[in-house]
Amino acid sequence: MGGKFLFDGQPVPFEEGQTILQAARAAGHYIPHLCWHPDFPPHGSCKLCIVKVGGRHVSSCALPARDGMEVESNTPEINGERRALLQMLFVEGNHFCPSCEKSGNCQLQALAYELDMSSARFAHFYPDRPVDASHPDVLLDFNRCIFCELCVRASRDVDHKGVFALTGRGIRKHLVVNAESGRLADTDFAVGDRAADICPVGVILHKRVGFALPIGERKYDEASISTVAMEKGE
Amino acid sequence: MQDAERIAAQAVEHHRREPSQLLQILIETQDGIGHLPPASLTRIADLLDLPRSRVEGVAGFYSFLHMEPVGRYRILFSDNIIDRMLGSRGLMESLCRLLEVAPGEVSADGAVSVDTTSCTGMGDQGPAILVNGLAVTRLDEARVERIASLVRAGTPLADWPADYLHVDDNIRRRGALLGEDFVPGAALQAAMARGRQGWLEEVRISGLRGRGGAGFTTAVKWMACRDAPGADKVVVCNADEGEPGTFKDRVLLASQAERIFEGMTLAAWATGARQGLLYLRGEYRYLLKHLRAVLALRRAAGLLGARILGEGGFDFDIDIHLGAGAYVCGEETALLESLEGKRGTPRIRPPFPVTHGYLGRPTVVNNVETLAKTTLIAVQGGAAFAATGTPQSTGTKLLSISGDCAYPGVYEYPFGVTIEHVLEDCGAHDPQVVQVGGASGVTIAGHEFHRRIAFEDVPTAGAFMVFDGRRDPFEMARNFVHFFAHESCGFCTPCRVGTALLKGYMDKLASGKGAKMDLADIEWLDRLLKNASHCGLGSSAPNPVIDTLIKFRPAYERRLVSLDFKPAFDLDAALETARRMTGRDDPAAHLDWREEV
Ligand SMILES: Cc1cc2nc3c(=O)[nH]c(=O)nc-3n(C[C@H](O)[C@H](O)[C@H](O)COP(=O)(O)O)c2cc1C
Ligand code: SF4
Ligand code: SF4
Ligand code: FES
Repeated sequence: MGGKFLFDGQPVPFEEGQTILQAARAAGHYIPHLCWHPDFPPHGSCKLCIVKVGGRHVSSCALPARDGMEVESNTPEINGERRALLQMLFVEGNHFCPSCEKSGNCQLQALAYELDMSSARFAHFYPDRPVDASHPDVLLDFNRCIFCELCVRASRDVDHKGVFALTGRGIRKHLVVNAESGRLADTDFAVGDRAADICPVGVILHKRVGFALPIGERKYDEASISTVAMEKGE
Repeated sequence: MQDAERIAAQAVEHHRREPSQLLQILIETQDGIGHLPPASLTRIADLLDLPRSRVEGVAGFYSFLHMEPVGRYRILFSDNIIDRMLGSRGLMESLCRLLEVAPGEVSADGAVSVDTTSCTGMGDQGPAILVNGLAVTRLDEARVERIASLVRAGTPLADWPADYLHVDDNIRRRGALLGEDFVPGAALQAAMARGRQGWLEEVRISGLRGRGGAGFTTAVKWMACRDAPGADKVVVCNADEGEPGTFKDRVLLASQAERIFEGMTLAAWATGARQGLLYLRGEYRYLLKHLRAVLALRRAAGLLGARILGEGGFDFDIDIHLGAGAYVCGEETALLESLEGKRGTPRIRPPFPVTHGYLGRPTVVNNVETLAKTTLIAVQGGAAFAATGTPQSTGTKLLSISGDCAYPGVYEYPFGVTIEHVLEDCGAHDPQVVQVGGASGVTIAGHEFHRRIAFEDVPTAGAFMVFDGRRDPFEMARNFVHFFAHESCGFCTPCRVGTALLKGYMDKLASGKGAKMDLADIEWLDRLLKNASHCGLGSSAPNPVIDTLIKFRPAYERRLVSLDFKPAFDLDAALETARRMTGRDDPAAHLDWREEV
């Protein structure tokens, strides 16, 4: 029982069970997202994908499309709110893009460009989040975590290891690994795991391949995140 | 450590190695050890065959679980604005001084730690504390001194003066629910005589709406659960009562437990559920023994268990789960996660609990008061129930009244009662502001006292906090913002970061360093929280700020640094060049202001 809805005034068809975001993508419309990934069920935490339906804000990655819906997405109002959410993610962690190995491949950075985020606006929290360099192949730089839980989900549901989890609550929430020592080296994490290649930002970094491709020639240096997402399906 | 592992293993066995019991297992383990050392978490994970990270994730979520050692006496001061108005902060300082311990820390000998906690639901008899999880009420300097000596002497809590641990019901006005005697089983008999369908029809006629906040029509919820596919349905009673200033469910649990359990059984009769769960907030742990005793009585009387009142195929029983200090677990989907032994993170909806609830089964979640009210409907019929109140808000409502009034306590009124009527009854002499519905509710100013308590006018889950002319609405709002920042589950960006930022701005204003621009930022954050949050906690977190900014704006403006303020030498202005060079102008780039995280 599919149907059709209006996306920023344009008709978009959908199949039963598709979310607004999925149907919009299939029809060639990009909606910003960070915690959503095409290979995983929706998570609904980052809220970058908010759209307005009948005057109410909803998460387009999670809400099933319904016939006759009128969806507003690419409007100054919604993009302004998305920009503010990005600003929140930036001030919450420690993001120094120029010195980050993920620069140019980072979805957070790319979205900030996409949405014209020119300042952080809010006060920085400067949290204390020590890095974990214990593992021979992978470095964890928690300073950049945006809590999308993609690594948690990939490790639990694809790798069947449960290497990552979140603990703490509220602004003190943080990522932990599956070891009493708290060190990645003491888990069964492997560089070939799905979780090793899922992080949208620069937390889970492969050692010894850093800066192989120079900054300036990377994924989002060449094309905007909306283009990459729509053309490469990422 | 051997000991810790043994205690952890016992707790796991006690809960039949059931991963859904993880939270209960952690609570029990901590009861035995005092905190949750790393080895205990590893042991629990091994025995339950869960990743250790998942166990650590749950242990770190709940305020009352500790992975670091705490004092043998763990003293927590309820930090709601009402307790503060009753002097809690000064008393906490006295206690800390007497015990030579800093707030938030453990004394050198490991004997005691003193800290604050979110509202413990004792606003009618505060200031209140929790000592090792049990409520101590009506604190004053004399009690504080005595407590200090009891702690120093190492007196077991069981030997403390009984009146310290005594909690009054303080029922001040009785309506249909609190006024009528109840014979256990009478409501069930009446409902069973009508048949399952007939009983649901009575509930529909009554117009009963949920008393937990959202006001959803109870009969519609029950029918949706009954009609959902799946044979193993569940009835959950939400006794998390975390909304600051609310304590009416506490009084019902203490004085009307038979009605609550019978209401759950009535919901089971309507929906076909066989399993019942009551989620009791950790702060009300002192009620656990009493509630279990009532359950035992009901089993013995054939009101719970197999073949209830002899009816073939009517099997239903109830378990009690303890919470551990997390307001968000009152949100029904977070509550279900918590019941499943997980972090209390609200789920994506749809699907709704009536189709996919506890362990994916169709589940009814109802508030304590809602369930208790169904016993009235069963006994007197839906039409009689609907005869009180207003057409859209039938029946009565329990209010938890606290703050600046002579007679704090629980009042039962027909819906539609005016705020001024309530103020008169509770002996409020100089009311300026009433916060209805708790921290997430509505701030009512003097010119609105004619308004009515009803879903269609001023809705409320039950809190009614009175503030007189001595109080400052800004400080009230700031206290609530601190509460939300502390209680945000941290799942979604707007609430996790937004409540922490809002707290920073309110503190900046409180310290007299606010600028006009900060008000604009505050209003922007309010809007983001309202629009983009994942659950009701985040979307209602800005309510007290929005309301007080509209109704008491001078309370904010008074705190701004005057725009034409020009001191002889302004150190902050001297830093302007540095700010320009670094391209920064955020509040943290100014003197004397640091974000508290
Ligand atoms: C943050 C938050 C906290 C809540 N806390 C409670 C609570 O402590 N008790 C309660 O009954 N409902 C609470 N609710 C409402 C529940 O989600 C749910 O609507 C209610 O339990 C349904 O029962 P009712 O229909 O009988 O009111 C809360 C909601 C939110 C968003
Ligand atoms: S480490 Fe990366 S993938 Fe994992 S939660 Fe943080 S941002 Fe998401
Ligand atoms: S709004 Fe707050 S409490 Fe609700 S899911 Fe988001 S972070 Fe958690
Ligand atoms: S993409 Fe929808 S909430 Fe993150």
